[in-house]
Amino acid sequence: MFVINCPYCGERDQSEFSCGGEAHIVRPKQPTELSDDEWAEYLFMRKNIKGVQFERWNHAHGCRKWFNMVRDTSNDKIHAVYKMGEKPPVI
Amino acid sequence: MTKYRISKTRFVDQTKNISFTFDGKAYHGFEGDTLASALLSNGVHLVGRSFKYHRPRGIMSCGSEEPNAICQINDNTDLTEPNVRATEIELYDGLRASSQNCWPSLSFDIGGINNLISSFIPAGFYYKTFMWPKGFWKKIYEPLIRMSAGLGKSPTQPDPDIYDHKHEYCDVLVIGGGISGIISAKIAAKNNLKTILIEDKNILGGSTIYQNNKNFIIDNQKSNEWLMNEISELEKLDNLKIKTRTSLAAFHSYNYLLAKENISDHLPLNKKNGSIRQRLWKIRADKVIVATGAIERPLVFHNNDRPGIILANSVKKYLDFYGVATGLNNIIFTNNDSAYESAVSLFEKGISVKIVDIRKKSSSSIVKNAEELGIEIYWHSTVVNTFGYKKIKSIEIMNLSEDGSNVTGNKNKIQCDCLAISGGWTPMVHMHTQSGGKLDFRDIDQVFVPIEKSENHINVGSCNGDFELKEIVKNTNNKVKKFLNINEDSLDKISVLCSKELEKKNIWLLPNTITEGKTKSFIDFQNDSTAKDIKLALREGFKSIEHVKRYTTTGMATDQGKLSNMHALGIIAETAGVKMGTLGTTTFRPPFTPLTFGAIVGRSVGKFFDVMRKTSIHEWHIRNNAKFENVGQWKRPWYYPINNENLHEAVQRESKAARDSAGILDASTLGKIDIQGSDASEFLNRVYTNAWSKLGIGKCRYGLMLNEDGMVYDDGVTTRLGENHYLMTTTTGGAANVLSKLEDYLQTEWPELDVYLTSVTDHYSTASICGPNSKKILKKLFPNKDFSDVAFPHMSYQDAKIDKIECRIMRISFTGELSYEINIESRYGKSLWESCIEAGEEYKITPYGTETMHLLRAEKGFIIVGQDTDGTMTPIDLQMDWIVSKKKYDFIGKRSLYRSDTIREDRKQLVGLLTDDPNEILEEGAQIVSELDKKPVEMIGHVTSSYFSPNLNKSIALAVVKGGKKLKGQKLFIPMENKNINVTVSDFIFLDKENKRINA
Ligand SMILES: [Zn+2]
Repeated sequence: MFVINCPYCGERDQSEFSCGGEAHIVRPKQPTELSDDEWAEYLFMRKNIKGVQFERWNHAHGCRKWFNMVRDTSNDKIHAVYKMGEKPPVI
Repeated sequence: MTKYRISKTRFVDQTKNISFTFDGKAYHGFEGDTLASALLSNGVHLVGRSFKYHRPRGIMSCGSEEPNAICQINDNTDLTEPNVRATEIELYDGLRASSQNCWPSLSFDIGGINNLISSFIPAGFYYKTFMWPKGFWKKIYEPLIRMSAGLGKSPTQPDPDIYDHKHEYCDVLVIGGGISGIISAKIAAKNNLKTILIEDKNILGGSTIYQNNKNFIIDNQKSNEWLMNEISELEKLDNLKIKTRTSLAAFHSYNYLLAKENISDHLPLNKKNGSIRQRLWKIRADKVIVATGAIERPLVFHNNDRPGIILANSVKKYLDFYGVATGLNNIIFTNNDSAYESAVSLFEKGISVKIVDIRKKSSSSIVKNAEELGIEIYWHSTVVNTFGYKKIKSIEIMNLSEDGSNVTGNKNKIQCDCLAISGGWTPMVHMHTQSGGKLDFRDIDQVFVPIEKSENHINVGSCNGDFELKEIVKNTNNKVKKFLNINEDSLDKISVLCSKELEKKNIWLLPNTITEGKTKSFIDFQNDSTAKDIKLALREGFKSIEHVKRYTTTGMATDQGKLSNMHALGIIAETAGVKMGTLGTTTFRPPFTPLTFGAIVGRSVGKFFDVMRKTSIHEWHIRNNAKFENVGQWKRPWYYPINNENLHEAVQRESKAARDSAGILDASTLGKIDIQGSDASEFLNRVYTNAWSKLGIGKCRYGLMLNEDGMVYDDGVTTRLGENHYLMTTTTGGAANVLSKLEDYLQTEWPELDVYLTSVTDHYSTASICGPNSKKILKKLFPNKDFSDVAFPHMSYQDAKIDKIECRIMRISFTGELSYEINIESRYGKSLWESCIEAGEEYKITPYGTETMHLLRAEKGFIIVGQDTDGTMTPIDLQMDWIVSKKKYDFIGKRSLYRSDTIREDRKQLVGLLTDDPNEILEEGAQIVSELDKKPVEMIGHVTSSYFSPNLNKSIALAVVKGGKKLKGQKLFIPMENKNINVTVSDFIFLDKENKRINA
């Protein structure tokens, strides 16, 4: 169980957070313009990386803010946390 | 003193006598004994039967690795506990223990027949044999296996004990109170670091604390004396918390560790005094020092499992720590020097001992010591067989061939009553690997040692592969100082003298003259798997250690292979002709030793199992005989039986009353979200399928929320309270998820929207009054209000006051009846409710619960999200096309509504079902078919809601059926166990299709 540095609250136990899957998947602005395949790409396709992964996390039992996190799924090392809308760091 | 209690020690108080029973027979031990040491002091070795062959088994070790001495404690009481290791229980007065795994009795065991037919019970026997015939499994094989396997009995009563959880933080956590742990803890605590030292035994000191041997000297004192001084100094340090009787269960990432403390397990039953039994510590440590030591390995040879065959260092501990001789005529069988310490200890206490060593010689000081004492040593020899049924009586030894692969010469038979075996040592790397650490194989002494890469934990002492005393002291000192960044020289110049092992040899499976197929060389004593089984598995094509392990069940018992894993690996490597380091190891999973369920759940039992949410009206419901239903964490009235009514009778009465006169429902549990901000209308447009911009202030609208995949997610009525202010209601169970989902979209997809969400579910209580007389009741409650359809139309809301308390009245309908909902601050909920009941008395207002609410909704064809939908239904499937806006450019889930899959016409669609027999009530969840003769029978749908409607006087049901929209009027079948029920597909609105009743 890791310790996560919430960008709004600071270090807290993992049990306060929930993971929202892969980060930086933007909801298409004009869904009606998309083909079935393109929409399915947005809707269903997610990466499951062994290694460095960009993820969305929510401080559900805290400030309830969503933020992004860079985590190595092979050893749970957290490389960075950053607010929604901020540029992802280069890892 | 008994025959086998041969000396006094400082660890056992022989003035304090303790009585206990084992298998019904009374024995005595002393304070400081374990159950195992007390049994051995009484000459009891035979403690169980082996799992598969039911061979007699004795105590084999003195710790958590014990595979044989597994007991049931305090049988036939609510405190009973199975699978307890006799080597770990501290003896207390009145302890009742019994052996497991031996039916009908320990000395006569019917399962022992398995031993005679053992050549028919090879690896995978259970998989291979009990497959056929199928019917035999449940009635014959399983009960037989269970009865003869006898892995202890679960308690049948609720656990009366109290368990506890506690969080703890520290700078340094030291796991293990042996010499390396003590050195580490002292360095850390002396240097201002908040330190915790945990030790699973009741006293500190590990195996050094009883190492009273002139070959092991620290600072000119015998090592045990030096360590005793260190411990007394340690106890004076303020920064250090010492937790004995505390065993580490798990080492998770980010130095999060779980440890179980035994608080009252060692106390006699009458002294526990309701104290907490065990506490689970949840520790977050900045730095962790693992000092868990090493476990002695057995040797694998023919008949190596008889009672009286004990690990050599355990023999020493029983002797030097407990003062108990495990035998009076001992033979030590070893491949290394450490067992010579046991030999010297035995000899010095005047007990007969001989040594069999597979090596050709050893030139260390401890071996010289043994030779000088005149202990007989058989070099370059191996044990090839043992004799004695319930206790070892003799062994046969032979010389090894030059390379050790075979035996030569004649058999030499030697009498004995105890065979102490030592196959070297296995570092306890469990904690290191649990934390994610990797291992390296060290060829010279055939051990896996930690590869240290973490900045946050280190391994010291023998768990790190340091076996010599000098290495342990020096390396621990240097490593800990570096790890904690400490300058401290108190141990830098300390002198350590110890025996040094120079000659090393290991043979995983010792050679024999008997062909391998006929030998019983046990590897896993608890699960009864032998070297032969491992080889068979390899011949049958199993290659991976994980597969061999599962096929042969080696290492799968409650000891998790603490004694067996290395030999299994070794034999696989030898047989397959590969290097052992290349095979990897099996995964060591937490917990290190089994945890009680009590310790895992802590206080979260009974009413603390989960949060229970009650509305402010709850007490009234109880007083009025409500039966409750769990909806999420909420307790909701299910129905209110009168005069012994059953569920059906109560619901029929409640449903009729709600349509004929007036009913009242506690709707406080519905989720309520307060939505404010200049973009609130736009936000609702995006999250609901219908349009919201034109909803007037003071008006209400039903909304349907989808997931992005187009499937119905939640529904509810939202009221526009002001220009930029809405109150959204959600389903009871969906409230928290809906809020999370809305927050997610607001924060991540639409941060530009000016919208604020607040959960106000608990802020308001809601009384929902429906029925043709509801308006009259409202008039009585609010005499100044105009309730005419013009002044207060359906789907609108008004502020009001009752007894000067502000409330909101919504004219909305759950049930299709004329209906009002009154929202009031929760603290007034009960008084509001009571006022409603009082005002409604003349109309026989009837409180109704969730069951009636579902029935009333089903009559109207109103869906219940989660009952009539299951996450695979689009609004189109539900025939709710009317609520999906064609004009809106986008909303959550819109694009998915015309994916190729969602526009299929043969999707399951919501329909009504009427039974041919109007009194036949379908079962919810029942399967629907169209052709009974078709094989295989094709299931085309299922019943989602089904009731007998008292208002229509017939059975009605909602169902989802493939292509159901086109099937109206068609006959379908519901096959049940004893009959087929004929149904006809109908409209799903059964009552008041014209919606006249809401304005009645
Ligand atoms: Zn936060």
